Amino acid sequence: MGAHTEHAAHGHDHGHHHHEESWVSKYIFSMDHKMISKQFLITAIVMGVIAVMLSIFFRLQLGWPGEKFEILNTFLGDKWAPDGILDKNAYLALVTIHGTIMVFFVLTGGLSGTFANLLIPLQVGARDMASGFLNMLSYWAFFVSSVIMIGSLFVEGGAASGGWTVYPPLSALPQAMPGSGTGMTLWLISMVFFIASSLLGGLNYIVTIINLRTKGMSMTRLPLTMWALLVTAILGVLSFPVLVSAAVLLIMDRSFGTAFYLSDIYIQGEALDVSGGSPILFQHLFWFLGHPEVYIVLLPALGISSEIIATNSRKPIFGYKAMVGSILAIGFLSFIVWGHHMYVTGMNPFLGSVFVFTTLLIAIPSAVKAFNYITTLWQGNVRFTPAMLFSIGLVSTFVTGGLTGIILADSALDVNVHDTYFVVAHFHIVMGMSAIFGMFGGIYHWFPKMYGRMMNNKLGYVHFWLTMICGFGVFFPMHFVGMAGAPRRYYEYSNFDFLDHVMNLNPVISVFAIIGAAAQILFLFNFFYSIFYGQTAVQNPWASNTLEWTTPVKHIHGNWPGAIPEVHRWAYDYSNPAHDEDFVPQVVPPKPGEVIH
Amino acid sequence: MKLLILLVIILAIIAIVQLTKVYELSRGLRKSREEDISDADNTLNANLMMIWMFVFFAATIFLYVRYGDYLPESASAHGVNVDSLMSVNIWGITVAFFIVNFALFYVSWKYKYDKNRRAAYFLHSTKLEMIWTLIPGVSMAFIIIFGLMTWNEMTGPASTDAIQIEVYSEQFKWTARYPGDDKEFGLANYNLIDAEASNPLGIVTKEFVAAKIESIDGQIESSEKALSHAREEGTYPESFIEALEEKIYRLRRHKQRIMELDEHQAGNGKSEWTVGADDKIVKEIHLPVGREVEFIFRSQDVIHSAYMPHFRAQMNTVPGQPTRFKMTPTITTAEMRKKENNEKFDYILLCNKVCGAAHFNMVMNIVVESQEDYDKWLKEQKTFVAVEDKKADAPKDTTVVAVNAPTNH
Repeated sequence: MGAHTEHAAHGHDHGHHHHEESWVSKYIFSMDHKMISKQFLITAIVMGVIAVMLSIFFRLQLGWPGEKFEILNTFLGDKWAPDGILDKNAYLALVTIHGTIMVFFVLTGGLSGTFANLLIPLQVGARDMASGFLNMLSYWAFFVSSVIMIGSLFVEGGAASGGWTVYPPLSALPQAMPGSGTGMTLWLISMVFFIASSLLGGLNYIVTIINLRTKGMSMTRLPLTMWALLVTAILGVLSFPVLVSAAVLLIMDRSFGTAFYLSDIYIQGEALDVSGGSPILFQHLFWFLGHPEVYIVLLPALGISSEIIATNSRKPIFGYKAMVGSILAIGFLSFIVWGHHMYVTGMNPFLGSVFVFTTLLIAIPSAVKAFNYITTLWQGNVRFTPAMLFSIGLVSTFVTGGLTGIILADSALDVNVHDTYFVVAHFHIVMGMSAIFGMFGGIYHWFPKMYGRMMNNKLGYVHFWLTMICGFGVFFPMHFVGMAGAPRRYYEYSNFDFLDHVMNLNPVISVFAIIGAAAQILFLFNFFYSIFYGQTAVQNPWASNTLEWTTPVKHIHGNWPGAIPEVHRWAYDYSNPAHDEDFVPQVVPPKPGEVIH
Repeated sequence: MKLLILLVIILAIIAIVQLTKVYELSRGLRKSREEDISDADNTLNANLMMIWMFVFFAATIFLYVRYGDYLPESASAHGVNVDSLMSVNIWGITVAFFIVNFALFYVSWKYKYDKNRRAAYFLHSTKLEMIWTLIPGVSMAFIIIFGLMTWNEMTGPASTDAIQIEVYSEQFKWTARYPGDDKEFGLANYNLIDAEASNPLGIVTKEFVAAKIESIDGQIESSEKALSHAREEGTYPESFIEALEEKIYRLRRHKQRIMELDEHQAGNGKSEWTVGADDKIVKEIHLPVGREVEFIFRSQDVIHSAYMPHFRAQMNTVPGQPTRFKMTPTITTAEMRKKENNEKFDYILLCNKVCGAAHFNMVMNIVVESQEDYDKWLKEQKTFVAVEDKKADAPKDTTVVAVNAPTNH
């Protein structure tokens, strides 16, 4: 495979420029999907490290309220952590920015941005994305938005503090809290860039998957990663514009005297000149994005794990069509369930009933997916790569966290656990842990494709087990804290006798959080060290069927040195009895008389 | 402190060096390739799967036993149904949790890699897939039906003899209002809120409308004086003058909004603006046991949420949009203290929607007591006007409004 040099690729005529690339056009303003994917990944890792640090800061306060921590003062300064005790407003800012970065920058931009960019052209058999230029814009819009979001932590008054859902009037009125001043303005500007990035990327992903599939790559032969990323991109393109409109109306209310979300407000001794607006309107608009967003985060992780589980079980994914069907069903349903975030807003109870119904329907395709994963493992030949461990972990978090969703979807039950730690536990397990496990799995699995080297397995194993134990150690006990009635986003709980009996869980949770965060250093070391010193990868290290493993280890423009290979079979022909090898790549033509899936 | 940072940096460097060694050792020793997972590694991870499963299950059972009685028994009628629905659901999802996690970790362990074995070529099974579509389908149907039955009962209209209580939220406190003997709430308008003039909820009475307009007029007058003074002087910065002009504009708008309030006739033929006079504004909610109560929630600034965990009750308070929640308390505070064996036990209402810095400290007590105690307590509470009368300077002249009120029909 070493024979395929860069020159061979450039010799091939496929419309790419023939001059040697400068450093800037190769590493900075690159239009190559593989480089853009690495840019997304590195940016997301940086953002993720920041978000984890923020969470450790507020976990210190929650675990040991009132205790002095020098480290808080060192990082946050005298204004936000005088004497090492976290300021109340700073606490809310940390919670808000932690959520925002994790949901949008790590698990949306990072996860989709990295793996859609890396895998779509490689797995459908395309030279690059439909538009390399838009793809580059997508990354740079993401970069700008990341910089603005981090910058907002340093402004007077602090970053946005009204929670990552930024409900007005709290977020609309600078007099309501310090974070609703400049910090909130920057939050909104950052999100506008982020959404632009997401839309540019999403359109590109959709067009590439629909139009640029190689010969023989029918929709029913697409790997499940492609189906997941396609549906994810469609969800994003349909729902993010609604968030833009919500944000624009909020900007109008904040800066131009309108009252879309404001009515009858008396604050800080002044009756404001606003009437007729509805704060609930914002929630409808926000969650119309917000709920599909949950699946924008989750589906790529499910797609990645499908691929990893099939490959490492050496067994076809069980029920391919049902898997595709459930991705489509989840995608569709995700648009008609947003109201389950709003059962206690005073929304018409009948409307609530409708949302109970649609929300609980999602349990069905989700259950199908979970059982199909397990059946894929059943009678397989399970090879425990770090990626496989994370994918199995994902199935566990998806099931465990998904089940508590049944309680929250049930409006009558939601009333008493709404906005408590039960919710925090639920979405961190089902969305946070699952998606991050999918992302880790993807990184370990496709690292050889991205960097041409292998990551270290031993460190990967330790990383996985510590992350699994600490992840559940942090979030599982939160169910019980929440059922006891502890509201989320509280600075401390010492004033409430009725919560005393669960509050001894808080230091335990914080200890797990700190160990879990420290365990990520293993990953960071493994990742960056392996980029430079890892074992050199072979072309198809995991003996996988999909097309990306037919490209040379050393990246070239246009992906394949010669013609794009033709696809003859589906992506999951593992342990096919008609063949001697336990895998049959998609490019292998059928034997005489072989029935092709 | 600096020493500490230095120490951390040194430790970090040592850690990285050590990690590098581990990394190189684990690779160099076996001279093998990373993608060839050794039997030892497969066995280790397969066994860890089972060990993890047992630890996870044991921890789960411990948490259920130790923290399972999450709240005292429900102190409201609907809450009893909510609790039994919750128990059924929790049992259901717990069983599913154990079964599915067991299946997952068990098959991962059982089918660990063996180079002499070949995985089954098992593509799909319509029968199996029907089973695991139908099982969750049927379960969801039951959950939806029972859930919505409870939901409909909780959210149906309150009975006509329910006690109505208005609960107001603001950063960062709660205030409640009971109607007076006329059983009717007076109008309230945010433009009239004035905590200093003992009208924290903005109840509309002729006196308050007049007083507010007079107070605004006074402010306009003094601001205008300051403005013309600043203009004559000519030394004030432009921004100062603009701020004054802006302030005068806002005051005028405020006055206009008050003048646009229409005075309607109430049911008893009197002006609506007199109804509020006998309302009672309190800092603690009292409820008679066994009587249905309907809360009407209002917010003055941002969204808050009135959360009463002991009654399994919660409703957001939304500025500009009153929300409602009804319930019937069934256990008095005194009884609950006995049950909980805690002399200091109190029902509380706390804020459960992030609303600012002191969000975590926004509480109001709720007292559930016998009808007699409740009646006695309510009688003791001063009416709005009685509180207001203490303010000797409240002007009585109402003609301002009558003359200037525009007809906007």
